[in-house]
Amino acid sequence: MDVVELSRLQFGLTAMYHFLFVPLTLGLSVLLAIMESIYVTTGRTVWRDMVKFWGTLFGINFAMGVATGITMEFQFGTNWAYYAHYVGDIFGAPLAIEGLMAFFLEASFVGLFFFGWRRLNKIQHLVVTCLVALGTNLSALWILIANGWMQNPVGARFNLATMRMEVTDFSAVLFNPVAQAKFVHTVSAGYVTGSMFVLSISAFYLLRGRNRGMAIRSMTVAASFGLASALSVVVLGDESGYTAGLNQKMKIAAIEAAWHTEPAPASFTIVGLPDMAAHETRDAIRVPWVLGLIATRSLTGTVAGIDDLVAISTQRIQSGMLAYQAMLALRANPTDATARAAFDTHVEDLGYGLLLKRYTPAVVDATPAQIQAASWDTVPAVPELFWTFRAMVGLGFYFIALFGTMFWQASKRQLERRPWVLRLCLWSLPLPWIAAELGWYVAEVGRQPWTIDGVLPTFLSVSSVPAGNVAFSLAGFVVFYSVLAVVELFLMVRTVRRGPEDLIELPELLGAAASTPAE
Amino acid sequence: MSEYEFFRVLWWALLGVLLIGIAVMDGFDLGTAILIPVAGRTDMERRVIINTVGPVWEGNQVWLILGGGAIFAAFPPLYAVAFSGFYLAMLLLLCSLILRPVGFKFRGKLAGTRWRTIWDVALFLGGLVPALVYGVAFGNVLQGAPFRFDDMLRMSYEGSFWGLFSPFALLCGLLSVAMIVLHGATWLACKTEGAVRDRVRLAGTIAGLAMLALFVVGGIWASRLDGWTLQSFAGMDAPSNPLGQHVVREAGGLMTNYTLAPLTMAAPLLALAAAVAAVLLLRGARHPVLAFVCSGLSIAGVIATAGVSLFPFMLPSSLDPNASLTLWNASSSLTTLIVMTIVTAVFLPVVLAYTSWIYYVLRGPVTEADIARDTHTAY
Repeated sequence: MDVVELSRLQFGLTAMYHFLFVPLTLGLSVLLAIMESIYVTTGRTVWRDMVKFWGTLFGINFAMGVATGITMEFQFGTNWAYYAHYVGDIFGAPLAIEGLMAFFLEASFVGLFFFGWRRLNKIQHLVVTCLVALGTNLSALWILIANGWMQNPVGARFNLATMRMEVTDFSAVLFNPVAQAKFVHTVSAGYVTGSMFVLSISAFYLLRGRNRGMAIRSMTVAASFGLASALSVVVLGDESGYTAGLNQKMKIAAIEAAWHTEPAPASFTIVGLPDMAAHETRDAIRVPWVLGLIATRSLTGTVAGIDDLVAISTQRIQSGMLAYQAMLALRANPTDATARAAFDTHVEDLGYGLLLKRYTPAVVDATPAQIQAASWDTVPAVPELFWTFRAMVGLGFYFIALFGTMFWQASKRQLERRPWVLRLCLWSLPLPWIAAELGWYVAEVGRQPWTIDGVLPTFLSVSSVPAGNVAFSLAGFVVFYSVLAVVELFLMVRTVRRGPEDLIELPELLGAAASTPAE
Repeated sequence: MSEYEFFRVLWWALLGVLLIGIAVMDGFDLGTAILIPVAGRTDMERRVIINTVGPVWEGNQVWLILGGGAIFAAFPPLYAVAFSGFYLAMLLLLCSLILRPVGFKFRGKLAGTRWRTIWDVALFLGGLVPALVYGVAFGNVLQGAPFRFDDMLRMSYEGSFWGLFSPFALLCGLLSVAMIVLHGATWLACKTEGAVRDRVRLAGTIAGLAMLALFVVGGIWASRLDGWTLQSFAGMDAPSNPLGQHVVREAGGLMTNYTLAPLTMAAPLLALAAAVAAVLLLRGARHPVLAFVCSGLSIAGVIATAGVSLFPFMLPSSLDPNASLTLWNASSSLTTLIVMTIVTAVFLPVVLAYTSWIYYVLRGPVTEADIARDTHTAY
């Protein structure tokens, strides 16, 4: 494997590993704030004990989220140095702002959440918990603004003098519709994960007939919050699809395996066997109209097929070659007015010209066959996207059904009536993680062959480091992260098995907490 | 001074503030972790030491994350060159940084001796390795790194991992470790009592004296090293492009700024005077908070000394001096610098305010009685 493939594998693996912890942090922090609000308003100590118990699990998870998050920030520099140079002017700012506005907030107050019970009064501690939840959610906002810009690079243009993209309109980066849709979708997915976590573990206690008071209350909160979140994740996922339909037509076409443009409104392929070589989907089962309605929200809008989009790529590559040629001319003679005019006309397609660097480093001497090959490079892996997307959506609907059932049972106070439903809850524990990882796979593999859609090809974004170094670090991550995963899982399971009794301090059981001074 | 020039200098200074923030705030955590095996003989003593930083290390670590983000946003080429050039060192730093949070969180979860010893070692390494790597990185920046650019501004680096550990860089690494141990000791002197405090006072004194010696030796050594001078360049408000400048390399060049602007001698003098004061106050034992402040000031002095010695360079190239990164050719666009300035002006004071409040809430020493009372929830 070359350095590009190794770097992609390393980034993909570390990102997916990091995202094992992030959604639980997002969801549990809000659930903790909800539970503690109930404690403060009702004064019932069972709710405080619930906050402490779920908080302990939150803490084990939070530490891993923080630790693996540093890896993500570092890798833009260590493994994607040309990317860092090329788009750092835009991409760096949201990361820095995330640190300053959001991460400081959650990480500073999370310490007080654990260690502040004796030093803070009830209201102060609740405020601390809410600030942790606010920080984690703001954190997701800024990261998704950065990620959204990779999908839809608005508010920036290429500067020849600095050989990089520079920001022209920061508010466009901020209010990027793709970023906004992704933010709500991702945060909702986190809430679903947190709810499922609480729901499943509570089901475990109910099946064992222990800690009933806590488990039923926890389950009620998780079922209500989970239902709202699951509905939101599907509805806002649709919003995500709609904005992608406007901005990333190729991704939508690949997800739907729409090889050819259909007359409007396009049909939706439920299942089928996409064939990358033959450019067709075999044994497809189609529902008329549905894709056209989702992607264009009209009966008249067409959803562009892959072959039409490839034809557009060809035009843009040819235009990008002219931009590249003009760039070379301007570098030789900065006052060349003709070259300047040509450059300004074609600069939007410079990124497409760079796609040719895989075939010919000089770009301008590309043959028609090379241009054709580069055009087809703009099509991401259709079968993988087709299936991961369908698995994710299927899970989304399953979550609505499960949380809906539990919500219904909770409102009738019949949570313990059907043990098989509880078992279903327990076994569903890993599903939100699977759905979230599938979602990222669709989003990021669907973005290929670009790191910045239409601007910078992935194979150009890497650092000039020896492949051996990346292979070494990748192997290191696999070993190190696997050990940590085992330890983390062991501690989580152990904490759950021992249950909340283990965490309540003796003096509190004796009522001494009340007489302990606040300081 | 043009607008662009002003914001570049401002962000050069803010970068210094952030590096000082990392070294001061995250530094006492690292120093505390290094002192675990030295100052804590029993498990209870070690738990006391760990719990002095228990509630604050997560917030402190954000200084590092913010530092990384700020370099990325304000000086993208510097981020690209430094992080990919020092590839394996960065990954070593990363692994030790991951060990630390995990160690804090996991150590107290089980009572077994072997389990706790494993995490004690992890925490010790998680403190020592970053402290060493930071110093070695500074040493390499002062000596220049072997990189160059092609005409697409793609950087290539022609050094190796072991090449980073030159004798001078190692000395800087040791200086960094000594400085951070002193800082951790002053923190622990504020937050512990009894035998642990006696041990950290002794360890801190030794570290402080080592730091002073290493700083003086390092200074004399640096004065004989090659430095860099900008002969010609596109201008202080020209577009950020490291191609097209002329840089010469000459012995003693790291001292030029002290001759040009003698007031800058304040930086190394602050480092020395504040370190001496920190050691004396630590010996005196009556004003541990003041000792902590002084050790923080000496860290600020050391980092400012490196910054002044290099100015206007941020990362000189030993391979192709003309490719050296300066604050004039490695910054973001003016728009990005302005946006970042506004965000910093609004949020940094907020961060400092709530951080102060948190330290106020957590004031006072951590005692064995505290740990015993919260034995399940404490680290």
